[in-house]
Amino acid sequence: MSINFALLLEQTLNGLQYGVMLFLMAAGLTLVFGIMNLVNLAHGSLYMVGAYLATAFTEKTGSFVLGVALALPATLLVGVVVEIVALRTLYERDHLDQVLATFGLILFFNELVAIVWGRAAIFTSVPPFLSGHFRVLPGLPYPTYRAVIILVGIAVAIMLWALVTRTRLGMRIRAGASNRTMISALGVDIRQLYTFVFGLGAALAGLAGAMAGPVYSVQPGMGEGILIQVFVVIVIGGIGSIRGAVVGAIVVGMADTLGRAFLKPLLATIISPPAADKAGPALASMSIYLLMAAVLFFRPEGLFPARGRS
Amino acid sequence: MAISRRTLALVAGGALLALVPPIAALTNQPFYLDLFRRMMIFAIAAVSLDLILGYGGMVSFGHAAYLGIGAYAVGIPAFHGVDNGWLQWGLAIAASALAAAVIGAVSLRTSGVSFIMITLAFAQMLYYLGISLETYGGDNGMRLAGRSRFGGPIDLREPAVFYYVVLAILVLLLTLGNRLVASRFGMVIRAARSNEVRARAIGFSPFRYKLTAFVIAGGAGGLAGALLANQTEYLTPDFMHWTRSGEIMFMVILGGMGTLFGPVIGAVVLLLLEDVLSALTTHWQIILGPILILVVLFAKRGLFGLVAGAETRDG
Amino acid sequence: MRTTRRAALAGFLVALVAAPASAQTVKIGFITTLSGPQGAIGEHMKNSVELALDHLGRKVGGLDVEVIYGDDQVKPDVGKQLADEMLKKHKVHFVSGVIWSNVMLAVAPTVTGAGTFMIGTNAGPHELAGKMCHELFFTTSWQNDQTPEAMGKYMQDQNITDVYAMAPNYAAGKDMIAGVKRYFKNKIVGEVYTQLGQQDYQAEISQLRAASPKAVFVFYPGGMGIQFLKQYAQAGLRGQIPLYSVYTVDEISLPAVKEAALGQFETRYWSPDLKNEANQKYVVDYRKKYGKMPVFYGAQSYDGIMLIDAAVKAVKGDLTNKKGMIAAMRQADYKSTRGPYKYNVNHFPIENFYLLKAVQDPSGELVMQIQKTVFENHKDSYSAECPMKW
Repeated sequence: MSINFALLLEQTLNGLQYGVMLFLMAAGLTLVFGIMNLVNLAHGSLYMVGAYLATAFTEKTGSFVLGVALALPATLLVGVVVEIVALRTLYERDHLDQVLATFGLILFFNELVAIVWGRAAIFTSVPPFLSGHFRVLPGLPYPTYRAVIILVGIAVAIMLWALVTRTRLGMRIRAGASNRTMISALGVDIRQLYTFVFGLGAALAGLAGAMAGPVYSVQPGMGEGILIQVFVVIVIGGIGSIRGAVVGAIVVGMADTLGRAFLKPLLATIISPPAADKAGPALASMSIYLLMAAVLFFRPEGLFPARGRS
Repeated sequence: MAISRRTLALVAGGALLALVPPIAALTNQPFYLDLFRRMMIFAIAAVSLDLILGYGGMVSFGHAAYLGIGAYAVGIPAFHGVDNGWLQWGLAIAASALAAAVIGAVSLRTSGVSFIMITLAFAQMLYYLGISLETYGGDNGMRLAGRSRFGGPIDLREPAVFYYVVLAILVLLLTLGNRLVASRFGMVIRAARSNEVRARAIGFSPFRYKLTAFVIAGGAGGLAGALLANQTEYLTPDFMHWTRSGEIMFMVILGGMGTLFGPVIGAVVLLLLEDVLSALTTHWQIILGPILILVVLFAKRGLFGLVAGAETRDG
Repeated sequence: MRTTRRAALAGFLVALVAAPASAQTVKIGFITTLSGPQGAIGEHMKNSVELALDHLGRKVGGLDVEVIYGDDQVKPDVGKQLADEMLKKHKVHFVSGVIWSNVMLAVAPTVTGAGTFMIGTNAGPHELAGKMCHELFFTTSWQNDQTPEAMGKYMQDQNITDVYAMAPNYAAGKDMIAGVKRYFKNKIVGEVYTQLGQQDYQAEISQLRAASPKAVFVFYPGGMGIQFLKQYAQAGLRGQIPLYSVYTVDEISLPAVKEAALGQFETRYWSPDLKNEANQKYVVDYRKKYGKMPVFYGAQSYDGIMLIDAAVKAVKGDLTNKKGMIAAMRQADYKSTRGPYKYNVNHFPIENFYLLKAVQDPSGELVMQIQKTVFENHKDSYSAECPMKW
């Protein structure tokens, strides 16, 4: 198969879009990770909750935009409750305790969703006004909804950057990440700050879920498949760094997409086509893990280690 | 005194477990033999993980990889007609120790969350490798033609014989682990856990010690995999899935990490909970989830800590 | 029921007394997936077993019945442990159910090896149809390849060419495409295997569009299918390139994809609109009792209980008469939801396969409807390898 330019461009767009999807998830996870030093496996559950709530609100209100807009504060609320009830006491604990407790949360949320909405996937669709295509180039149509995902991701990245670097709240967040004793001593209520940051992370996961709903399958356990990849993203990018999350997400999104698209035909030029048929898909599924192992081997702290952390 | 008390506990625990086959035979309930054997096999995997996790502070999120390698080390020779148990199990230990050496050599350069993720990454790669092994069933896995053969009175097809073999391995592993932890080697590992800089300052290079512990744990994990393949008479890449690694880790934490019996208790309790709860309701995970959270929040040293008292240090 | 005095005795004595399975009760162990995302399938199967028992007046073969359900969590080793528990602890007379081929390959030999009947109600791996066939193993579903074979035949009959085939990169995915190729001999322009459990297919869809095929064949069970169908429609390919599939669109996934599945072709041995008395009773009562459309997983499980019922009746409740029950099951003399069928030498059904299409019924609901019969009395391709003679 020859690799033509239009296809390469289309796949690059696909990779970018997938990277943006990963970034929406990774941003919340890396914030919580970097600031509270909390490994939150249940981040995928918040993504799932966001997808379900957005679907439910969309159905109630009849408007996709309203549905997503309502799902955000609702997921934020769920996040705040989870933080206060279960996670608050875990910040000072081992990563190990956090992994176990948040795994418990995954089981809980998966079953809760199954009880409320049933185990079968529920119906979601792209709203009519976003369901068309537009032409990137002549002969290269691209789904509008996917382009909207890219735009939302870019907007979130800019807003987060502004929040962290340009506002008083962001200053506290940065201060809290580098020295939590000092910031408490200065009279900032660190508990409130943490609860807020966790809620913000939850809302970001909820946004990712709400955007993903129309494209993916909304069903119990939908967050786990993407969660591992998101962890790969933030580890490659450097834990706690928003910039790292952006770069890591794009790198993983590209590597995964281009690997799936072009690894097999590329291999076929080196080894025999039947062997490439076998090795291509296997290598493509391993590609992001190979990438992560390689990055960590050379830069154990990731590409952009957050400042103020040892 | 501590050592004799621990030995006593080991003997008592072993004796209790040794009573299971006669009781099962008397009550005509041979199923409990299968159930306890399966628990002990996971206990072996959990104990092997505890060596590095509990004592060494190395949070390996890819321990199921060795379970898989061990299982395939039994399954692949069996597929080609080699059913000699010494060879299969030896291969299981050697292959997983070798894999652990490679994985450890790379992963131990990192620490913290990076270490968790890189061990996970290696296990995932092996999982996808298993899926691509079409000759050996791909993701379906394959059936074991027969259990490993050792000759003489050791016939694993006899449920009770197999049971005692597993029990012997568990007791042996606990004894060896116990000695290892108490040895100079173990002290370096534990010192490196609490303060790596200091350990280095007093003249130890923790890396070599940690790597050695990692390899030992991997080899023992591989043996557990060989046992699991024999228990199930079936093996699949699913043995290496990341959720399995998670389960083994939870057994260790649930029971109490860095304790002798903790992982054994954890394996027994988790598998028992799964069995009992899933018979009660299909929504059993909504009960198991909060139980896990409660254990973390209120039983800091796991179930073992609850039983033995939070202050008891066993290791 | 034991007396209180006996209950007061030591536990093992009770067990000793209760041990020989009572001849009054038929015990059936039913293994399926009840928890996790795949639990949706298990729920349909369990519901259908219960509905079958309702229809039989809570008796099987005239005897009291007890069904013990087990949740395999999609793990072969858990399935095997459940089978051991059912055989050794509950001392069941039949083990039934099992959704997944790998779980079945671990469970079936355990059950038949213990001299107990295994009545599969979904997974039909080729090993069990061929060399590993067993006189105590029956299935009420199909051999895995039969369904894609029917699709291959239909596509060949239509003389469709330049087909692009996609499936997840695992054993079943490869079997499905191999099954299609057994009957489809025209040109295949692309054969792509994606990661198991993959969520996003946009990259593959772009490749597919670039290859400009005349038709697409896919096998994407469960959540993968829902995602693929949505993304295929969102890419604007629905209506442009016809999509043929197996095990991708069913009554579980249809409510989740709705219009994105409109016009989809599938092949199957059963459909809710299949016209026969047993099926109409099953479909109507299922919808009444559970408020949703039944799915083929359920129909097979319903049939599994009916098959056991017929066998126990034939031996007049003598559960030790295994030869008699084998002979009875081989006749398949019961009212199956698929209509009458016969058993092949390997105890897999010889049955019809139909072309189904996802259409909108007058009420606006999306349903699968039978379009035509593709195969009549279709045999699986592995029965020749089965050494069993009857």
